[in-house]
Amino acid sequence: MNLQIAILLGQDGITNGAIYALLALSIILVFTVTRILLIPLGEFVTFGALTMYAFQSGHETSIVWLLAAMIALDAALDLKQLFSNGMDARKAQWIGIKLGYAALMVTLMHTLSLQEIPMLAQALLTLMLLVPLGPVMYRVFFQPIASAQPLVLLIVSIALHVTMVGIGLLMFGPEGGRTAPFSDTALRLGSVMLKSQTLWVILVSVVLIVSLFLAFERTLYGKALRATAVNRMGARLMGISPDFAGKATFALAAFIGVASGILIAPITTLYYDSGFIISLKGFVGAIIGGLISYPLAAIGAVAVGLIEAFSMFWASNYKEIIVFTLIIPFLLWRSINSNHVEDEE
Amino acid sequence: MKSRHVLTGFVVLLALAPLVLPTFQVTLLNYIGLYALVVLGLVLLTGVGGMTSFGQAAFVGLGSYTSAYLTATQQLPAWLEWAAGSPWLSLLIGILLTATVALLLGALTLRLSGHYLPLGTIAWGISLYYLFGTVKTLGGHSGISGLPPIELFGLELDKGEKMFYLIWAILLLAMLVTQNLLNSREGRAIRALKGGQLMAESMGVNTFRSKMVVFLISALFAAISGWLYAHNQRFVNPTPFGLSMGIDYLFMALIGGVANVWGALLGAGILTMAKQWLQDLLPWLLGDAGKYEHIVFGLLIILIMHRTPGGLWPMLMKLAPAKLRQRKQLLPEAGAVGTPDLPRRDLPEKGELILQAKDVTRQFGGLVANKEMNLEVHAGEILALIGPNGAGKSTMFNQLSAVDTPTSGEVLFRGQSLKGKSSREVATLGMSRTFQHVKLLPTMTVLENVAIGAHLRGNKGVISSALHLERLEETSLLQEAKRQLERVGLGDYLYEEAGSLALGQQRILEIARALCADPCLLLLDEPAAGLRHKEKQALADLLSKLRSEGMAILLVEHDMDFVMGLVDRIVVMEFGEKIAEGLPEEIQTNPAVLEAYLGGAD
Repeated sequence: MNLQIAILLGQDGITNGAIYALLALSIILVFTVTRILLIPLGEFVTFGALTMYAFQSGHETSIVWLLAAMIALDAALDLKQLFSNGMDARKAQWIGIKLGYAALMVTLMHTLSLQEIPMLAQALLTLMLLVPLGPVMYRVFFQPIASAQPLVLLIVSIALHVTMVGIGLLMFGPEGGRTAPFSDTALRLGSVMLKSQTLWVILVSVVLIVSLFLAFERTLYGKALRATAVNRMGARLMGISPDFAGKATFALAAFIGVASGILIAPITTLYYDSGFIISLKGFVGAIIGGLISYPLAAIGAVAVGLIEAFSMFWASNYKEIIVFTLIIPFLLWRSINSNHVEDEE
Repeated sequence: MKSRHVLTGFVVLLALAPLVLPTFQVTLLNYIGLYALVVLGLVLLTGVGGMTSFGQAAFVGLGSYTSAYLTATQQLPAWLEWAAGSPWLSLLIGILLTATVALLLGALTLRLSGHYLPLGTIAWGISLYYLFGTVKTLGGHSGISGLPPIELFGLELDKGEKMFYLIWAILLLAMLVTQNLLNSREGRAIRALKGGQLMAESMGVNTFRSKMVVFLISALFAAISGWLYAHNQRFVNPTPFGLSMGIDYLFMALIGGVANVWGALLGAGILTMAKQWLQDLLPWLLGDAGKYEHIVFGLLIILIMHRTPGGLWPMLMKLAPAKLRQRKQLLPEAGAVGTPDLPRRDLPEKGELILQAKDVTRQFGGLVANKEMNLEVHAGEILALIGPNGAGKSTMFNQLSAVDTPTSGEVLFRGQSLKGKSSREVATLGMSRTFQHVKLLPTMTVLENVAIGAHLRGNKGVISSALHLERLEETSLLQEAKRQLERVGLGDYLYEEAGSLALGQQRILEIARALCADPCLLLLDEPAAGLRHKEKQALADLLSKLRSEGMAILLVEHDMDFVMGLVDRIVVMEFGEKIAEGLPEEIQTNPAVLEAYLGGAD
């Protein structure tokens, strides 16, 4: 291995690591606020990438009908609640807005010539199609069992992942796809070429992480979510709705997932079932952070990306084994630190 | 008993099945049997033990690949040549290998709490799966083919119809063994893992060992299933041992009923049949690109988790006639007469010093919760520890019972320092306790709950429990539990679910459980809270009687009437310090105590 290869591998590692870091952060965010391990996060990544690919390659995709169906389900649940709790003009209005949004998206998808609009518009449309699935998913699948045991939440999360993989196959077919890079220029740094997409990934990740940080430190809603993470009951008594907190974190996680998908789609070919392994690597990062610490998780996730890239070079067959075995020393370290017998409810 | 007839009918039907059913159906039944064996392990591990594993498929793979490698590889390395060719020998080796791997993985991950354990199982599950696909000698992704059939008493099991009998015989045997194990001393320790670990430890149960036991058993069931699978298929590749199969196994357990042995069979049956049916139906609806049944399964699991998180078996049982539902009486009546009593500890002489706190100080950061506390409890004496809320009584109680360690000073129990001792070791020495917030296993019977207290008085292990060779000891243990329950006045409730008792009765149950350990010191944390007047009197009588037998008792209590009429001496605490000690009458007139409770007289 010479320096040039090392830099090349390092570049790959940091690109993937940045994506894992984003995912690790949303995993911790969702976990601390709702106690849910968001396994289906990886499906948001693949859905994002494959929707972009479908737009660019001109493949038919019925993903908009998934959105419409989920919103319809959500609206039906809302209506049912409305009837049993008495009418409320504001809530009724909300249902109207949601249904209107679904109708708008369906019209957009069928009138725009998706292949020709600029890439930014394609990305925006992808986000608009997929991000609302996050909060709707929380509303339909998790809100009714928000106070259940952690195991039940985990199982529902896994089941949702399994379902979404199947739906992914239905929507996008078994073929994988790779999209056009955001820009064609490459940066030359001495003798080393830096791929422009790498820079895009790192740039967007840093912007996202910084804005997340600002949102949580500086805004009232961010503080409300942090409060929910620290003490659910206390936050509730202070007037923060746990339902809102759940939906908001799911929306954020979905946004980060889809955005990551759009970012890496030009670098890696993704298939309908690639999401699981990607989100698991996010989980490795999150676990390194103890499912609590954001900075540790981000560092851990970047380390996962680097180790993956370098083991690709030395022992490519054992890449996944190395990455997933990596988690065990950290688990061990955690278990040494929590040595007393605990009672789980 | 009627449920026995149902069971016999079921076995007869099974025995006839391969003779009348078409081959395809027999193959399906074989799969159900193979899956159910793995799921049975998950019932033990997840449903009973409370530990979720997504990695069972990897253990199935270990069993499969060991046998495939040993029986079908042309040129084994020299050091393994002795093991070539025989499926039975390779089963043995597979079991040993799986046990070793499980011990290693268990040692690494079973101490993990909460979500770390399932994530850990995902991690090693995936690693093992990729290993099967990467190692060259295991045939890579195309796997190993040409496995020989299993031979049994000279008969070659080369057809599905013949394998059927072996698969189902092993499954039924495993179910029997599991059922036996759960109804034993070791089984109670295992059942306490879910929600009762703190309590179990203080009754002397080694909870880590219990976890390891169920983890091992579930891994072995999986490995045996893998061995059967390999020789049924006569070829193996990595696909059926991946994480998605691991998830399927967990789904089966959850659909069937994760806490019940029969739920394993039900879940494996439903999922296998449904998969078959959906694979015929869905391509017709959605096109045949594949795997659409997962959409349905995922949604089905979500629905079950929303509606009946316990799975379908409990629902089915509610519909069944009452006669079938009747639980087996746990106390073997016939053996009751000749049952030997459990050996008893030699109680110390009356007046002997049992428990001594020497200058115990406990600091939490800047807060001094206990400051230079001294107290003594003697055999045949009841000492009460009282004080206003926040005086540090509970902290002191934790120091005395070795749940917590003092910052300085020490606690001596029968002359031995408790420094560095776990609550389990303290239980071995003869200290037994109750909890301020009642800790019992609500779905177990009153009798079984109390029998956990006698855990240290039995010594029969897992294997004799699984084979029910320990019935004599088991009867003695249950007999002892029954005796203690009758003694505290709960003799009418032996077979009720403990969770259905009133709170006061649950406290009394805890005392019976503590007595079951045959202690020489009882630590009682607010035993009279929630009791009615009559019950308090009965409790006071019981405690006096224990005292006259030479028991040393320390109680933390708020009920002054109860304390003053009963105890020999009182220690009063305020702000972490002892402010008074003496006879009840002295304490009632002690000005410092009056000030602490009623405020200054100015």
